[in-house]
Amino acid sequence: MGLESRSETPYITTTVDAVVNWGRKYSLWPMPFGTACCAIEFMGIVGNRYDISRFGAELVRFSPRQADLLLVMGTITQKMAPVLRQIYDQMPDPKWVISMGACASSGGFYDNYSVVQGIDELVPVDVYVAGCPPRPENVIGAVVKLQEKVTRESTAQWR
Amino acid sequence: MEQARISEMLQEFLGDRVVDAGEFRGQHWVTVRPDSLLDALHYLRDTPELDFNMLMDIGGVDYSEHPVPRAWRFEIAYQMYSLAHNHRFRVKVAVEDDSVEVPSVWKSWRTANWQEREVFDQFGIRFSGHPNLRRILNHDDFVGHPLRKDYPINRRQKLSRPIENLLTDDPDWA
Repeated sequence: MGLESRSETPYITTTVDAVVNWGRKYSLWPMPFGTACCAIEFMGIVGNRYDISRFGAELVRFSPRQADLLLVMGTITQKMAPVLRQIYDQMPDPKWVISMGACASSGGFYDNYSVVQGIDELVPVDVYVAGCPPRPENVIGAVVKLQEKVTRESTAQWR
Repeated sequence: MEQARISEMLQEFLGDRVVDAGEFRGQHWVTVRPDSLLDALHYLRDTPELDFNMLMDIGGVDYSEHPVPRAWRFEIAYQMYSLAHNHRFRVKVAVEDDSVEVPSVWKSWRTANWQEREVFDQFGIRFSGHPNLRRILNHDDFVGHPLRKDYPINRRQKLSRPIENLLTDDPDWA
């Protein structure tokens, strides 16, 4: 491999983005915002059968200040909307959002006076997951999708 | 005790103050005017062989678009239960419109505090004597009463206040 192989101390040449994004995508720390049955399904996803730690995202934090992946799992009512926004604002950059299930993504079948019709009215969403509730494989698929997205990002954009 | 017998006893006690009474699939009810409500419920609670010591739920209904017309717009249903005798009964109140106040029963059953707040929140029916008649389900900026039939089905109301303003240090919060 050219110059690198001639040095006594081994090294590789790459870009900052490639290294940082490689680290970020395999160490997503989720903050579970569980308001409905999708949050129950999430227990199966972190549990040993489906085991989200295979993808580096098992370190669930219940403080938004220690998390970089907001997992919105469940129905968000108009009354809960300011709370969700505050949780999102408390997360340090860089941060990403997965909208899990029909309710979080679109209001689901709660097309009524009290339910927000999709959390993208409140926070920017990176990956939507279909299902009511989604299968664990589906959510793991969303994490992998998000990892692909993280790979394509520039570290400069979070400054 | 059979619900039919409870219904008989209550109608006998109330006499001509009974507005309506009936049965559907074995469940009996008696409908009264708001000014007879406390008498009816306290009769059910204080008669030893009835002993309705538990108020399971209070629910409202808006009949304004119902196919069977009624002389009143709202009904409020009180679901009563006796722990001692394991029997149930339903008392309804006929409410002409939202100018009529219904007496609060929170002094007899403390659970009525929140249940009446829910009926007020969703239907706009006022309960006289209630200690804290505020919204309980919908947010504080909500306008109108969403379970009324004339509430537009697609009207959304956002709450955009910061979270600090939603917390309260009011000692009467409960």
